[in-house]
Amino acid sequence: MSNVNGVGLTVLILLFALVTVMGFYASRWRRPPSMESLDEWGLGGRKFGTWVTWFLLGGDLYTAYTFVAVPAAMFATGAVAGFFAVPYTIVLYPIIFVFMARLWSVSHRHGYVTPADFVRGRYSSRELSLAVAITGFLATMPYIALQLVGIQAVLEVAGLGGGSNWVAKDAPLFIAFALLAAYTYSSGLRAPAVIAFVKDTLIYLVIIVAIIYLPTKVGGWDAIFGAAQDKMSTPNPATGAPTGSFIPTGIDAHWAYATLALGSALALFMYPHSITATLSSQSRNTIRRNASILPAYSFILGLLALLGWVAIAAGTQPIGLDGEPNAQLVIPQLFEDMFPAWFAGVAWAAIAIGALVPAAIMSIAAANTFTRNVYKEFIKPDATPKQEAQVSKLSSLVVKLFALVFVLTLDRQNAINFQLLGGIWILQTLPAIVFSLYTRWFHRWGLLLGWAVGMVYGTITAYNVVNPTTGGHFGGSLADIPVIGTLGYIALTAFAINVLVAALITVALRAGKVDNGHDETIAGDYFADAGDPRVMKRLPLVGEPTGRDTTS
Amino acid sequence: MTSGPPPTADDPTLHETTPPANKPLLILATVLLAIPVIALLWVDSYARIEPKLGPWPFFFWYQFLWVFITAALTYTSYRIVLVARPHRPMHHRDEHRPDEQTDSDRAEGDR
Repeated sequence: MSNVNGVGLTVLILLFALVTVMGFYASRWRRPPSMESLDEWGLGGRKFGTWVTWFLLGGDLYTAYTFVAVPAAMFATGAVAGFFAVPYTIVLYPIIFVFMARLWSVSHRHGYVTPADFVRGRYSSRELSLAVAITGFLATMPYIALQLVGIQAVLEVAGLGGGSNWVAKDAPLFIAFALLAAYTYSSGLRAPAVIAFVKDTLIYLVIIVAIIYLPTKVGGWDAIFGAAQDKMSTPNPATGAPTGSFIPTGIDAHWAYATLALGSALALFMYPHSITATLSSQSRNTIRRNASILPAYSFILGLLALLGWVAIAAGTQPIGLDGEPNAQLVIPQLFEDMFPAWFAGVAWAAIAIGALVPAAIMSIAAANTFTRNVYKEFIKPDATPKQEAQVSKLSSLVVKLFALVFVLTLDRQNAINFQLLGGIWILQTLPAIVFSLYTRWFHRWGLLLGWAVGMVYGTITAYNVVNPTTGGHFGGSLADIPVIGTLGYIALTAFAINVLVAALITVALRAGKVDNGHDETIAGDYFADAGDPRVMKRLPLVGEPTGRDTTS
Repeated sequence: MTSGPPPTADDPTLHETTPPANKPLLILATVLLAIPVIALLWVDSYARIEPKLGPWPFFFWYQFLWVFITAALTYTSYRIVLVARPHRPMHHRDEHRPDEQTDSDRAEGDR
């Protein structure tokens, strides 16, 4: 590990300070008239045209996942572990095209802010609603953990921290956490459009420079693919098996690749923050129109993934402050090695800010779910908007603290696994949410039991995946699929079991004529659009008066 | 968006039903959306090195190609869906719960 990169670190700190101060002032300045900047941030902000929206949305899609975790996985173990992110982000959009418009319509007719609200309205089931809310809260934690790892990686390569005792050793992580907490507190979900513009300009600048300039510096794509193929076929000293996959070979690798892509795609739009963003769009069809332009981002994501292989060709040595190799450092390290110091600083700032903003959004969305569907529903039904806002702030801190625990206890060498772990949990809420958009055939108790079995199965199976190098649990997200007998993403296996259990219980309960709860929605609700009666222009935020009494 | 069939105002059950749609067109849109999902999940069909495109192994350039195919298919589906199920405006008098808010400012949309 090199010493502190003075110029780079200075540029990083300056850009960081600029964005933080700007966010702080911008949110003060905008707050009195309204809290409407959620609209600007979310899908299809009504003040911007399609292209500006496209630009802003893209900036939110490039997080530590794309900049740090995916290239690190490509660098360490190759295409199966990393490049599945490309088909994942392609098939994502046809999938959300199908059901998101329905969720938009019913949510805007009934003032549902979270999927747990919808489930409660659809079945009058507090239990199922609680299950959905808690899963959203839980699954967001490892996803935020991934963002923390990203910020930490930048700070570590920049040379912050270091030392032998564990506090000093993890100093970059704690600084990352403190930054995130401070940032969330000052700007929060009302992350103003000005920040988004600065952040996204930085991100696009770095992406364009990185994917055009870096490959030429290491001898072109021929050299890059050659170096990657050599590395991936070299045996791993710990296991004797090849280091990774250049392209997926064999039935296990094919199944792993396909199930990782499909499972991740199905899971992404179940997270509270994704649903908040989608529901803030201005009309039912905005989501569908955006779904047709968003796949273009997958192209850039694919090139970013391949930066992991550019680093192989460049001979990048990602060594942590503790002297141990750490694949997560590979992209910040590549930038330091290949760019002039000042531009390395710009690139680091892009990664760090690009992780910070989504992490703040995720933690607030999870906290809002907790406040609405757990605190107000079960703990204090007569809470005032002020109390709600306070609980929301506190629980957003709790989410981040748990995220920190995830980083400290799990194997952070494989950060992409954090996101995959979150996916295992959040995917178990899909039957209750998405199936219920179409049918009430499934029984509420069947859905609840299916969810429970899926959660338990997924967690235990993921726990039992042991990293062959470190011996740690939760070492990966792939396991044998029962019956089929090949390797697959645990989330999808758990999901299949979930659906099976839900269907079996449903058949039994329907035969026994057990009450399936009252449905407050009607068929027409699922097709409502902006302009229809009771369709809200904007869903309320936590701490605002909620539900039907909103007079905006 | 307001070109749907006029609702029969004296039918209180209107919004209890799914708005009418051109089924074949909806099926066509669904098929167009299913194509990229099936193509990309069928890993066996593209997990190979040859034929290369310049230095790019087939595995990589083929998936990049699907980015553009998917965008085209999804956009086509979007246009089809707009035609296949035109929006049927909802009306206050069809509200089935009189206790709910029906103030007219809700009806003023952006369009």
